[in-house]
This record gives sequence, C-alpha cells and structure tokens, in this order.
Amino acid sequence: MTSTSPIAATSTSTPAPAIALQDLEKSFGAIRIICGIDLVIPAGERHAVIGPNGAGKSTLFHLISGHYRPTAGSIRLNGEEIAGMAPEKINRRGLSRSFQITNIFPQLSVWENIRCATLWSMGYRYAFWRNVERLADAREKTERILSEINLLHRWNVPAGELAYAEQRALEIGLAIAGDASVLLLDEPMAGMSHAETERMVGLIRTVSEGRTLLMIEHDMSVIFGLADKISVLVYGELLASDTPENIKSNAAVQQAYLGTEAA
Amino acid sequence: MTGTSFSLPPPTPGGATSNPVLRYGIWVLVAAGLLLLPQVFSSGLAISTMCLMGTMVIFALSYNMLLGQTGLLSFGHAVFLGLGGFLTAHAMNMGADGLFPLPLMFMPIVGGVTGLAFGILFGAVCTRRAGTAFAMITLGIAELVASSALILRHVFGGEEGISVDRTELPQPLGIVFGPQIEVYYLIAAWCFVSMLAMYAITRTPFGRMCNAVRDNPVRVSFIGYNTTTIRFIAFSLAGLFAGIAGGLTAINFELVNAAQMGAAESGTVILMAYIGGTGFFAGPIIGAVLVTYLQLMLSDITNVWQLYFGLMFIGIVMYAPNGIVGLLAAQRPLLERRCLHRMIPYYVLALVPGLGALAGLSMVIEMTTQLSVSGSEGMSMSLMHIPFEADSVVPWSIAVVLLLAGGYGFLRAAAVTRNAYDTATADRRAG
Ligand SMILES: Nc1ncnc2c1ncn2[C@@H]1O[C@H](COP(=O)(O)OP(=O)(O)OP(=O)(O)O)[C@@H](O)[C@H]1O
Ligand SMILES: [Mg+2]
Repeated sequence: MTSTSPIAATSTSTPAPAIALQDLEKSFGAIRIICGIDLVIPAGERHAVIGPNGAGKSTLFHLISGHYRPTAGSIRLNGEEIAGMAPEKINRRGLSRSFQITNIFPQLSVWENIRCATLWSMGYRYAFWRNVERLADAREKTERILSEINLLHRWNVPAGELAYAEQRALEIGLAIAGDASVLLLDEPMAGMSHAETERMVGLIRTVSEGRTLLMIEHDMSVIFGLADKISVLVYGELLASDTPENIKSNAAVQQAYLGTEAA
Repeated sequence: MTGTSFSLPPPTPGGATSNPVLRYGIWVLVAAGLLLLPQVFSSGLAISTMCLMGTMVIFALSYNMLLGQTGLLSFGHAVFLGLGGFLTAHAMNMGADGLFPLPLMFMPIVGGVTGLAFGILFGAVCTRRAGTAFAMITLGIAELVASSALILRHVFGGEEGISVDRTELPQPLGIVFGPQIEVYYLIAAWCFVSMLAMYAITRTPFGRMCNAVRDNPVRVSFIGYNTTTIRFIAFSLAGLFAGIAGGLTAINFELVNAAQMGAAESGTVILMAYIGGTGFFAGPIIGAVLVTYLQLMLSDITNVWQLYFGLMFIGIVMYAPNGIVGLLAAQRPLLERRCLHRMIPYYVLALVPGLGALAGLSMVIEMTTQLSVSGSEGMSMSLMHIPFEADSVVPWSIAVVLLLAGGYGFLRAAAVTRNAYDTATADRRAG
C-alpha cells in the first residue's frame, strides 16, 4: 500500500509516534522562546525533558497540550495534526497533562475532582438529565484512581485543604482519570521532600505503565532510573535527545547544563 | 500502602444527602409546607406575599445556577423574567380570544420557552467570555432589551405595560383562578417542580462540571470539557427557569411592564442570592423569601428602605460572605462537637452591641431623611412609637452614642467570637 499523504513518516507497517514535533516555534512578541524543535516520541516511551530555568520547558508543554498556539511548526499526536487545537479537543484525542504549579479544583472534594476528570472519557459529556451519583462506572473508576494515587481515605476533603504532596498526587490523578494514552507531567516532584519524591517516582512509574510519558524534571538523579530517553532543552533549542547514559556523557550537555548543576 | 487496607465508609459522595430518608424526606416536608402555609398565614396580604415569594424563589434559584454554581456574575437576569412575563401575557390574551387554547396552569411553559429561547440567543453572545467581560456583556444586553421595550410599544405596552385577565382563559378543571388562594397553589406547584428540577440539575454530570468551571476554568479544558459550552448551557437553563418565574409573575399580577426586566430587578436577584448564600442550594430560597418580605415590610415603615438593603448587602459581604445559610452551616461543626451552647453567649455578646449600632444608624438615617426630604412636613417624627423632633440635640446625641459605642462593641465582640469559634472547631480537628 503506497501512501500519497504528506505524512510520509506514518507508513502502514510502523505505528505513528505518540508525539512528533517538527520545526516547532513559539514567540511572545519579538522574543522567541521555542526556536524550532524537532522531536519524535514513540508510543510507550518514558521521555524526560530537562533544562535550566527559563529554557522553555513549560512553554513546550503548553504548546503540545493546546494551552498556547504555536507561532510555527507542526505537532502530531498519534499521527494527527493538533497544532493550534483547543486544549479540550487535544485532551479528547488522548493527551492529558499536569501543571508545574498545582492546578486543581480547590473547592471541590477530592472525590469530585477525580470524578469530573473521568466524565468526558466515559461519554457523559454535558448530560444534565442523568443523576451523577447513579453512574456506577464513574464511581468505580473514581474509586480505583483514588486508591491508585493513595487518596481514597481523603475522598471527602475539599482539595484546597489537602497537604501539598497530596495535591500533587491529585494532579496526577486528574491527568490519568480520562484514560489518556499520552501523559505530560510538568515537574511533578517540584517542592517535595526526599521521601515524597521517592513515593511520587513510584506512582509515576505505575501510572505511566502502558502509556507514553513526557515529563519535565530538574533533578537528574530522579529521572535516571525512570526515563528511557532524555531531551535537553536550552534557550528554546534541543541540545540533545538520547538515552540517560549518553546524555550523562555528552560533552555539550555537561557544558550547558550538568556542569553547572553538578558543581 | 494501598487503599485496600483502610476501613473507610464506602464513598458516598453528596455527604448527608446520600441518606435516602433524608433526601426524599426533605422534599416531602417542602411539599407539605407549601400545602399548609396558607392555613397558617391565611390573610389576603399574607397569601399575595407568599405568591410573590414563590416566584422570587424560582427567579433567585435560576440566578444561582449562574452565580453560585457556575461562577458567572450576570447583571441582566431580569431580562428573562421580563421577556417570559411579556410573552406569557400575550399568550394569555390570545388564549382569552380563543386563539391559543392552553389552560392557565400551563401558561408558565410559555414563559419558560421564551426564557430558554432568549437564553440561547443571548447566551451565544455573552458566554464566549467569562469574568468581567461576561458581566459587562450581560449589562449591555439588559440595556439593549430595556431600550427595545421603549421602542416596541405594541409588544411591551409602553408605560402601562400589558394587562391580562387570567379568569378569561379555558378552565378544563373548573378552576377559575379568580381567588388569590388558587393562584397561590398554582405558584406553589410550579415552585416545587422548579426547585426539584434545579436541584436535580446540580447532581448531574453537567451540574458538577459547572462547579468545576466556577472553581478553575483553565483546568476544565484539560479534562476534555469546553468551558464555553458549559457556560452556555448554564445560561440557557437559567433563562428557562427565570422565564417560568416571569410567566407566574404575569399570572399573579395580571400585569407585566418594562420595570420588571429593568436593572433594579436584576440587582434585587443578586441581593437575594447573595444574602441567602450562593454556596448553598437553599441559600437563594432563604434570600428570596427574606428579601421579598423585607421589601414589603420596610417599604411600609420607611421611605428609604433601599438604603437599608444596601447596608444589609454590604454587611453580609463583609461579615458573612457565605450568606445566611452559610452562617447556619457554620454551626454544624459545633453541633457535631456538641459545643454550640458554649458559643451562644458569644453570639449574644456580639448581637447586643450590633443591634444597638443598627438602632443608632437607623435613627441617623431617619432623622436625616426627616431634615432633608420630608422637612417641609415639619420636624416631628417618631421611631418605635417614641415621638421627638428631628432637629433637636438629644435624639442626635443618643443616635451617635448608640452608633459609635455599638459599632465599637460589635467589632470587638465579633473578633472575640471569631477566635472562640476557631478554637472550638480547631479542637474538633485535633480530637
Ligand atoms: N505567556 C508568556 N508571555 C511572555 N513570556 C513568557 C510567557 N510564558 C513564558 N514566557 C517566558 O518564556 C521563558 C520560558 O518559560 P518557561 O516557563 O517555559 O520555562 P521553564 O523551562 O519551564 O522554566 P522553569 O524551569 O523555571 O519552570 C521565560 O523566560 C518566560 O519568561
Ligand atoms: Mg516550567
């Protein structure tokens, strides 16, 4: 079967990569924050993005998740072009994310937080004629996710009253509740103690099972055990994208990033 | 550590309402209350007051679908009340001429359909924005409709409005709806159905997503929902129920005029929802009943009753932002801990100087009114049956002392009370 479509990379034999970025650019006014990024992440890979403060890591996530509209370039999710799409449309195509700064529903209970995040994927959409308490499948799933993120015992607490680490876990719960195949986690361990970080790494390992994971992290030691691949972003450009071992020994990376960090 | 090791109560989201006896019991009580009220308050004035309250309860609840549930501050909600009322009035007049054979008891449907249609029309414009922009657009729409009312005289009846005679409509069950008590039961029935429907909507996937949009609209778009669509549906449904309230208003007063969709009415519904408490389903119900009662009562005893409303509103916003129902709900942790009795003295302690300050304030207001507005009628006046002269020194001294001492006492007592409350509830968490 010969394909005449412009998406030459997606032949019928190899599945489309989960995420494919091509010449991706983002400028705010005259300032270029993302300066032409090419990156391919195959389905099922755990991929980490590292880089110094202000490198544009969060901006890159905002572009992929639809929070920002790219200035130029293409973003493909499972082979489909999503650049410039609204966040909810991208989410419905199987990509969900967490935020660097905790972004939850503070007045809703922990239970409502997670259940709201399950509703769309379960097909309930905008139904204003069905009793939400009678949706057994949504209830089961909410319960399962809450026990996965270890917050079931806190189900009745307003999310705004949770401890910080618990709120970070709830963020993860919101991201996985909709059965997304691609997860974007923006510094999920930021601001956590050592023990909390360890627990979070374990959680991320389980929830990313069977999904594609793209995560931002500052602490290199954390991701070495977790990531299959690491990309280094400096001043809006990809310096390298390789296995953790090769990244560690990459001279340019050491110069630009690790050298200053490790010192 | 996994969740399975906890012996927790099965998650029963919805909290106390998940008890079926409680859940349905409340509605049975409400229905019984609506049926029995005219037995308790049987005077003609009481019945017509309750008729007005019933329509306002629907109106305020419909408004809270926006403000309390979805976090949308609309300044033009009376537009839907008014348009629903006008269309119902026209339908009733057509019915009287035999052109539109809908029995009177179903006429509020016309109001509801009208409210829904205009909710969809205006909602398509204003729900594209949230926050301040949304509020400004609703203000613009309210102005637009108000000025149309002046131009389209045969639709809106100009100054006099449109009058109807509800007794001229078809009477399938032999109910003429002449006596006010029959109108009461009609309004009570619609009020009950509307309350039930609006409550049910809060417990649907859509209802929960409204709360999510209120809390954090940005996050909502990353869990698959379009925030504009949620706001749009909420706005349309709020229009539907406001339109039903408008239809009932037309039946109740047998008159609709442009004032009913004016800015004052849109402001009143904000007051009702807020004073009652926007964070609770019962809040707007309590608010609508109280504000309607005070409007009728205060306008009998003072010319500047609106001023008191303004003060009450400011007081609630500053000292009880969760409204009256919020104040009541705050007693629940105390009840659970069985220490409400320990707080009562503090409440009395705060209430006494508070009432003193209020008395002083209302003296100042009433004496100022007498001096400036009613001055031509002389300076003799009376408050609480005590006659005095508005331009003499003694009452002014009493007023100022009451106001200052009471106000100071209230602020101090409020601080002490808040501390005591925090201590009492903090104990609970630790224990
Ligand atoms: N909306 C915006 N408007 C203007 N400039 C922006 C905007 N968002 C981000 N920037 C700029 O883009 C640059 C990259 O920001 P970004 O948040 O992506 O960095 P980051 O790599 O995530 O950094 P950190 O490690 O601190 O989270 C920063 O200089 C920031 O000031
Ligand atoms: Mg960042």
